[in-house]
Amino acid sequence: MTTLEKDPSAPAAKTGEPILKVTGLEKLFPIRGGGLIRRIVGHVRAVDGIDLEVHPGQVLGLVGESGCGKSTTGRAILNLQPATAGSVLFRGREIVGLSRSDMRPLRRDIQIVFQDPYASLNPRLPVFDIVAEPLIIHNLVKGDAALRTRVKDLVQMVGLNPEHTNRYPADFSGGQRQRIGIARALALEPAMLILDEPVSALDVSIQAGVINLLEDLQDQLGLSYLFIAHDLSVVRHISDRIAVMYLGKIIELADRDTLFARPMHPYTQALLSAIPIPDPERERRRERIILTGDIPSPANPPSGCRFRTRCFKFALELTEDQKQKCITVEPPLAAQEPGHTSACHYSAVRTVL
Amino acid sequence: MTSSPMTTGPMTTLHPAPGSATASAPTTDALLEVTDLNVRFPTEDGIVHAVRGVNYALRSGEVLAVVGESGSGKSVTSLAIMGLLPASADISGSVRYRGTELLGMRDKAFSDIRGKGVAMIFQDPMTSLDPVYKIGSQISETLRTHDDSMSKKAARDRGIELLNLVGIPNATERIDQYPHEFSGGMRQRVVIAIAMANQPDVIIADEPTTALDVTVQAQILDVLNTAMAETGAAMVLITHDLGVVAGVADKVLVMYAGRPVELGHVDEIYYRPRMPYTLGLLGSMPRLDATEHQRLIPIPGSPPSLVNMPPGCPFGPRCPLHIDECDADEPPLIEVGGGHLAACIRHEELQATGTHAEEIFDSTAVDDLLSGGSADTSVAEVSSASGQAKV
Repeated sequence: MTTLEKDPSAPAAKTGEPILKVTGLEKLFPIRGGGLIRRIVGHVRAVDGIDLEVHPGQVLGLVGESGCGKSTTGRAILNLQPATAGSVLFRGREIVGLSRSDMRPLRRDIQIVFQDPYASLNPRLPVFDIVAEPLIIHNLVKGDAALRTRVKDLVQMVGLNPEHTNRYPADFSGGQRQRIGIARALALEPAMLILDEPVSALDVSIQAGVINLLEDLQDQLGLSYLFIAHDLSVVRHISDRIAVMYLGKIIELADRDTLFARPMHPYTQALLSAIPIPDPERERRRERIILTGDIPSPANPPSGCRFRTRCFKFALELTEDQKQKCITVEPPLAAQEPGHTSACHYSAVRTVL
Repeated sequence: MTSSPMTTGPMTTLHPAPGSATASAPTTDALLEVTDLNVRFPTEDGIVHAVRGVNYALRSGEVLAVVGESGSGKSVTSLAIMGLLPASADISGSVRYRGTELLGMRDKAFSDIRGKGVAMIFQDPMTSLDPVYKIGSQISETLRTHDDSMSKKAARDRGIELLNLVGIPNATERIDQYPHEFSGGMRQRVVIAIAMANQPDVIIADEPTTALDVTVQAQILDVLNTAMAETGAAMVLITHDLGVVAGVADKVLVMYAGRPVELGHVDEIYYRPRMPYTLGLLGSMPRLDATEHQRLIPIPGSPPSLVNMPPGCPFGPRCPLHIDECDADEPPLIEVGGGHLAACIRHEELQATGTHAEEIFDSTAVDDLLSGGSADTSVAEVSSASGQAKV
C-alpha cells in the first residue's frame, strides 16, 4: 500500500535502518511557584517518553488534539526545544545534547515547515532573500548567478512564478506563503522534513493544492516526512504509518489502512468516530462515540491509563476489577498484531467508520 | 414580498425568479427572512462589497448551513442580521424576523429581539464571555434583561438548569466560577447556555466548533442538538466545514465572493451540485472514508478581491467550465429543479456530466501562478481555523 503510487526509484519502504529513530523522548516544562525565588513546583509533562521510527522515503503521521504534545515532539526532535531525556538518532547520529553549532550541519538534512505561513516568513524580506538565506548561511552556492538560478528553480518547484521573487510575503495569499515556506525548507536539499500542521491554516480548496505539492515533492525527491497534524482526514491522505498521541504519549501506532480499518485503542476509536464525513446519508447513519469531559492537565496526568477519565470503555464496559487495572497500571504501548501497537489493557478492534 | 430597489446594476439580477423557493415564500411560515441583503465597507482601497444580494428564508425547526471559504461574506451576513456591524458599514436590503423589519431598527428596540428572538453563538468562546464576571452573572444578565420581573434567585436557578442542560458537571458550583476556570469546550457550552436562555426562535451559530478539537466538536454539536430540541429553535449554522454541515443541516447555502451561488436541500448540494464551485469544494476535501488513495483536486487560483469586482461570474477565473459568455454578466441564482437554486449558466451541462470533481477539475493544476494578480490575489484565504493554536 505504501508504494502504491510512489516512484519506484525512490528509496524502498521499511528496508534497513530508519532515517529517524526516537527513543524514550521526554520534554518537561517546569512550573514555577509564585514566590520570590520562583521555585520549581512541578512539571508539565508535554512529551512523556515516546518512541518513533521514520524510514527513508516514508511518511509518518503524528496526530492528536491540542495540547497532546505533538508539536513539542517535532521541536524536540529538531533540538529547537532541547529534550529533557531520551534519544533522537538521525541517520544513526545522536541529536539530543548537541550544541547549536554542532547541530548546524545536521540542519541541512532535516528541516521544518511551520503551521502559520503568516508568522514564519520575515515580512521585511522579499521572497528571494527568504529562500536564498539558508543557501547563503550554509555557503552552498558560489556566485550570484548560481544563487539566482537555484532560487528560481526552488520557487518553480513549489508552483510559484519565479518572476515574483522580488515581492514581499504580504503580497502572497496563505497557500502561496506556505509554498514559500516549503521552498525555503527544500533549499538545502534535506532528506527529511518535519511538517508541523502545514495545511491547517488554509482554506480547503487551497489546502488540497499544498497537500498535492507535498506528495509530489516526496515522490520526486525521495523525502521522508514526519507529518504532524490534528486533522485525521489529511493525515490519512498523506501518511504511510500513523501514530496517535494523547497527553504526551503515543497510544496507538499502525500503518494507515490498519489504523482506519481496525482501530484498537478506545481513544483512536472515539477520534475517528468524531470526525464528520462530507456525506449526508452516511452522517445520518453513523453512530458517534461522544467522549465526556476534557483533556486532563499534562502537569498532573491521571494515574494508570491517562485516557481512563474520558474512556467510554472504562465508564460503560469494564467490570470493577478490570477498572482497577486501568487505575493502577499504566498500559504499555504493546504489539497487538504484527506492526500494530496499542496502549490499552483491553485493546480490541472496533470499526467506527 | 418585493425586494427593495436600493441597489442598482447587476445586483438586480440576483433576485430569484418569482415563485422560487427562497425570497418570495409567504412571509407567514418564515421566521427569518433575508432579502437582497447588501453590505459595503468603505476602505482606503475603495468600497469593499462584502455581501452582495443574499436571500434566504428560515422556517421554524429548520437548520440552514451557510458554507463558504474565508472572505466569502458568511460571517458579515450574520452580523448584519444581528445589527452588530460598525456604523461605517453601508447595509441595504431587508431582514425580517416574524414580519418585523430589523434593518434600521433603533438599538433599544433591537435589544428586545437580540437574545430573545434571535440569539447568536460566536466562534471564539475565549472572547465572547466577559472575563471579569462570573458565569452565573453573565447568564442572569441575559435572563433579567428580557424579564424585569425575574428575581436574582430565579435567574440563578434557571442558570443552573441551563448549565445542566448543556452538560456542565457540578453546575451549582461552576456557576460561581469565572470564564478562565473553564476549558474551551466548556466555555462554548456556557455560550450555548446563554444563547438558549430566553428560548429564542432562531439561533445563529457562527463557526461554533471551529476553535475546538474534534472530540470536543462532537460534544458541542450534540449539545447544539439538545439546545434546538429544548427550545424548538431554528438555526443558521455558519461554517467552512462541509463535514459538519452534512450531519447537521437541512438546507445549505453556498457563498462565494459575497453572494449565494447555490442553495438547496443538503442531499441536493452534496449529491447533485449544480455549481462548479460547490463541486470543487467537495472534491478538494481529503476524505476520512476514502477507500483508495485518490489525488485531491484543488481549485486553482484564489477568490477575487471584493474591491472593484470585474463583471461576469466571480468564480469564472478559477472555473474549469469557464466560457466567454461567463464574463458578460454575473449569472443569476436560478431554480434548477426541486427547490434547488444555482448561479451558473452551465448548470445543465454539470447535470449531464455527473457529480465527480475529477471529471471537470484538473487534479494536476497548481496554484494559479499569481497570474496577472498582484496584491489583489492576496485576499485573506487563511481560514478561521488559524485561530486555533495547536500545541
